[in-house]
Amino acid sequence: MTTHSASTSPSAATSAPASSTAAALPLGDDALVLSHRLGEWAGHAPVLEEEVALANIALDLLGQARVLLSLVGDEDELAYLREERAFRNVQLVEQPNGDFAHTIARQLYFSTYQHLMYGQLAASDSPLAPLAAKAVKEVAYHQDHAEQWTLRLGDGTAESHERMQRGLDALWRFTGELFEPVAGLDLDREALRERWTAMVTAVIGKATLTVPEGPQSGAWTAGAGREGLHTEPFGRMLAEMQHLHRSHPGASW
Amino acid sequence: MATAHRPVSTVDTARAPGTARTSDREGTAGSMETAAPRDTAAARGTAATADTADATAADRAADAKAADQAADAATLQAAFNAAVAADERIEPRDWMPDAYRSTLVRQIAQHAHSEIIGMQPEANWITRAPSLRRKAILMAKVQDEAGHGLYLYSAAETLGASRDDLLDKLHSGRQKYSSIFNYPTLTWADVGAIGWLVDGAAITNQVPLCRCSYGPYARAMVRVCKEESFHQRQGYELLLALSRGTEAQHAMAQDAVDRWWWPSLMMFGPPDAESSHSEQSMTWKIKRHSNDELRQRFVDICVPQAESLGLTLPDPDLKWNEERGQHDFGAIDWSEFWSVLKGNGPCNEQRMTQRRRAHEEGAWVREAAAAHAARHSERERATGDSERAIENSERAAEDSEREEATA
Amino acid sequence: MSSSTEWPLWEVFVRSRRGLSHTHAGSLHAPDAEMALRNARDLYTRRNEGVSIWVVPSAHITASSPDEKDSFFEPSADKPYRHPTFYDIPEGVKHL
Repeated sequence: MTTHSASTSPSAATSAPASSTAAALPLGDDALVLSHRLGEWAGHAPVLEEEVALANIALDLLGQARVLLSLVGDEDELAYLREERAFRNVQLVEQPNGDFAHTIARQLYFSTYQHLMYGQLAASDSPLAPLAAKAVKEVAYHQDHAEQWTLRLGDGTAESHERMQRGLDALWRFTGELFEPVAGLDLDREALRERWTAMVTAVIGKATLTVPEGPQSGAWTAGAGREGLHTEPFGRMLAEMQHLHRSHPGASW
Repeated sequence: MATAHRPVSTVDTARAPGTARTSDREGTAGSMETAAPRDTAAARGTAATADTADATAADRAADAKAADQAADAATLQAAFNAAVAADERIEPRDWMPDAYRSTLVRQIAQHAHSEIIGMQPEANWITRAPSLRRKAILMAKVQDEAGHGLYLYSAAETLGASRDDLLDKLHSGRQKYSSIFNYPTLTWADVGAIGWLVDGAAITNQVPLCRCSYGPYARAMVRVCKEESFHQRQGYELLLALSRGTEAQHAMAQDAVDRWWWPSLMMFGPPDAESSHSEQSMTWKIKRHSNDELRQRFVDICVPQAESLGLTLPDPDLKWNEERGQHDFGAIDWSEFWSVLKGNGPCNEQRMTQRRRAHEEGAWVREAAAAHAARHSERERATGDSERAIENSERAAEDSEREEATA
Repeated sequence: MSSSTEWPLWEVFVRSRRGLSHTHAGSLHAPDAEMALRNARDLYTRRNEGVSIWVVPSAHITASSPDEKDSFFEPSADKPYRHPTFYDIPEGVKHL
């Protein structure tokens, strides 16, 4: 299917794609990386029904990633042959799964953002608008899934309440990055942040949990993913993801 | 209640009035396929699984209704035999011999366990799939296996078993899963070999089960077989890409076929002469073909497929027998089969450990959702809003219709 | 796991496309109605099999008993006049 050599990879990330589709790379990376993380749940979910639910979300995201990356170049070249520093995803999506509450907190923060972001994008005259119009329906369901579970874990048992709060707290400092400017993405970021905060606050409150205090980004821990600065677990994730593909240069699968 | 509620009252299968006689008290407790009579029949379901048979037999003896039933036993048995002989389906609330029920529970549970344990060897490669296309396919396939496990547990539940109980039996080693999943997936090509050979063998086994005498099992198998047709094809396609790929890829594919071929043949179970349950299951039409028949069918199907793949099946004795119109094949090493079955396969311990861990680590999640549901239904009752949940689901159903109307 | 945390069973009915009625698709476990609906969506419509879903607690279904088969259903078997084939119509008469 693809013939390529490893050396072409870094250029793929930077070789100016049409500026109007420039946002496809960061958005595609978000979807790809989160899909991979959710795929790690296969065989480990807390209940069988949830195996099916998490896989559905992962498959939606992978589908989005493939379309987006294909706008930039060869999807496999981009996914498998870029180094860590060339990925443009937010740090939130690369965070390890942790327990189920941690995963749900990540889903709540990110799917709420994705829902609002795709919503704006779908209504814009961006070349990504048609894609966003399809994706917004998918992520609406992801957002609902995260919300339902946040409510049940927050307002479930003492243990689940504590775990859910811990997940929300731990990931809070990665949420500021969601509202940073993205090249090629002309959004009303202020409105995005307001809506996001209102929606997340409402869900957290209804779940009898507390909106985390403290900064939404750290010194240079968060807010840098779009620039190619990632967290340590991401390198390991990529090593696992890319190893086989890179072991057989030029091979088709 | 449900029957008075608009959406449900239009459901053709669910409109019978509750004219339950005393002898059928459990009927009101639920009785669609899965809603097998809960209280008495839950006992009967477990009773049927040999280990507690004595205890419940005593319970039942104490039950006056059971005495009536005993008087009718011969008539019931005759009706059951006639239905099976006429190729009619037995449905959950029909009378059936205890041994039929227990055989089915054991077989369906083992089948369900195999689906969910079977997720592991393939999920092992989701994070390393070498292209995004393959990654999507594999994720969808492993997801299907969870789905198939769910269909099958539901079928077992129509017999009075509970999923929790069946999972307990799996986790404590009292029920088995297919031994094939105790082999490791060492390379990417193993994902292809599993699809082609393991799923191929499973389909050969399962297609006749679509005509099994027990309705819910047969229906679950129809759905499973329909969905599984892509599983085998993706495996074959994956191997074909490797076989026609680089030298290293071709070698990887051949190595995987070499390792999976014999275990796949063992999936059909011991030779007919040594198979303990076969004969009775054939009479009951739970099983339609013998182990050896199905194995032969599978070999005959695979030989030309392997040729097209450009791969060799690792059996020097494999050759066409003109006289029989079938392939002859070499002797299977049954000592390996029994050894793996007894727990000495390469991955028995690993598979069970992961399954138990997922279940244990998920306990707090399941408890939380149950606690949330209990608290909220209490609240609803307190506010006299007992039907809110149903209304919500109705509203959601309508929403989805509206959405689809505008789409 | 103790059965106290076992999620109840739900029956799932799926409308495969507009114009058809909902038919029984299978069952699943869920802690409550909202989750049952979502689980049903994920499990029974992931191949585009449906446009609308109902979920009903299995315990809320009342069904006829096989023991009552005779009294429930046999009486309707000897009323052939309910079926159009019961009536003789001269050849050539149309639109009947």
